[in-house]
Amino acid sequence: MNSRPSRGWQPMTRVSAWALVVLGALIMLAPFYMMFVFASHPRAEIFQVPPPMLPGTDFLSNMAILQQRIPFWTNLGWSFYVAIAFTLCSLLFCSMGGYAFAVYEFPLKKPLFTVVMGTLLIPPFLGMIPNFMVMDFLGWIDRPIALYLPGAAGAFGIFMVRQYVLSSVPRELIEAARLDGCGEFRIYWSIVLPLLGPALGTLALISFISSWNNFISPLVVMRSLEMYTLPLALRSMQNPVNTEWGAIMAGSAVAALPLLVLFALTSRRLIAGLVSGAVRG
Amino acid sequence: MKPLIKLRWAPYFFLAPFMLLFFVFGLFPLGFSLVLAFQSWDPVQGLSSMTFVGLKNFAFLLEDDWFWKSLYNTLWLAVVSGLPQHLVAIPLACFIHNRLGRWRNAVIGVYFMPYITSTVAMAILFSALFSTDYGVINTTLQFFFPMQAIDWLGDPDNIKPAIALMVFWRYVGFNTVLYLAALQAIPRETYEAATLDGASPRQQFFFITLPLLKPMMLFSVTLSVIGGLQLFEEPFVLTGGRGGSDQAGMTTAIYMFRTAFEFSDFGTASAISWSLFLVVALLTWATHRLFRGKKEAT
Repeated sequence: MNSRPSRGWQPMTRVSAWALVVLGALIMLAPFYMMFVFASHPRAEIFQVPPPMLPGTDFLSNMAILQQRIPFWTNLGWSFYVAIAFTLCSLLFCSMGGYAFAVYEFPLKKPLFTVVMGTLLIPPFLGMIPNFMVMDFLGWIDRPIALYLPGAAGAFGIFMVRQYVLSSVPRELIEAARLDGCGEFRIYWSIVLPLLGPALGTLALISFISSWNNFISPLVVMRSLEMYTLPLALRSMQNPVNTEWGAIMAGSAVAALPLLVLFALTSRRLIAGLVSGAVRG
Repeated sequence: MKPLIKLRWAPYFFLAPFMLLFFVFGLFPLGFSLVLAFQSWDPVQGLSSMTFVGLKNFAFLLEDDWFWKSLYNTLWLAVVSGLPQHLVAIPLACFIHNRLGRWRNAVIGVYFMPYITSTVAMAILFSALFSTDYGVINTTLQFFFPMQAIDWLGDPDNIKPAIALMVFWRYVGFNTVLYLAALQAIPRETYEAATLDGASPRQQFFFITLPLLKPMMLFSVTLSVIGGLQLFEEPFVLTGGRGGSDQAGMTTAIYMFRTAFEFSDFGTASAISWSLFLVVALLTWATHRLFRGKKEAT
């Protein structure tokens, strides 16, 4: 600690650097604060001079307005349903894929792994239109499966599991199970999977968050307000003439809350997971 | 008990979900969009109305004012929202790395938080914050500086800066965390040796930290370029889905989306997406060249 490089800072420099960092942190937090402030004020109060800066008391009436405009709880339910289904599918498919690359030798291993990593380089918008057509062909328009299945075997997850299996599942364990007559699927399911806890935990967090925030896929395939996930439903309330700002903010706050809580509980692990994924990917 | 899967087939069994999903939702759409880019097709008319038109879609784009405008908007936003992120993230990461002990995780968490929250929810919020007469941003600015209220989202000149501000807010923490990861990999002895040799903190920053951060700079700038050029959600929500007055906030990704789903022209839309892909590839390559060039110079 004491031999850190910039000990020689002048007091003035130190104070102003701290002030800048704290100011920056306040700017980062301010929008979240304003979201909760707006969520608890009626529309007329939000557009006053000066705008309200302290939480009000109208949160529940805002929620009531919100439910008149959109089927809020249904949308929230779909968001949860899709995020959980996406997370479970990712955990299964990515752990299977990562396990295969870590444990087996097979003829197409190298080219297949290159393909997996190559998918990271394909910009998602390139396949947007044909993807829509595929969904249409499969009859998946307006169905949640269109949101959670296609992206569930992501390269990032497969790579993460592969690295984790390579580094922390002893090969001898697998060999021993095989000698005892254990089938390949049993080895994966009952022996390896329970050892993957930390990797799968991080993958679950990242999958849940990305699905919860996903906007473009539902924008393309979801057609009816009843089937919208939350971001889409909230966006549909945006209106050039009279947007119900208080209600929309109450909805946004409720949509953001699960993630903020999740983030508060897991931020260290989440950041480490995202960064290691980004750095290796 | 007989094993369910033979060892020989096991890897293919485990990779089957990936291969299936990749083929149906990855490879096939990619190939098909390349085909579509050379077709004229209104999806409402059914598959039979698809006709091969060669390079006509691309020729149309070369003459299309909206396409060039969207490309200009996209590049403008990528530079103005991207560059400051790195100029702030690098010193901020150094400060957090060198100066913060107890508060470290809290500060990182606060700066990182915008990255994990829903872009749409936050963009809706920002459209309220950017309101001309009643918005918190104008009110705050006018509290400190005597000035006219800025029409952020109505005036074509101000839409892009407003979008860039939000993009900056959202991604600066992500870049900071990337740089922090790189700083942690620099051995402490390097600095100790430099201090013994009498190098000032400023010299250490410019002659040790920055050069050692270069690989990460290349990486995170590349991410910014790729992500920035595909910018969609922030401008889409801030401009109400239509690109704003005079299309001043319409990025190429939004133009592509509108061409496909608003104007029902899948052929031109695919041509736009491949043109944008070429721009992304070209600028990614240019970024790598730029960083490699610098290395040779020093």
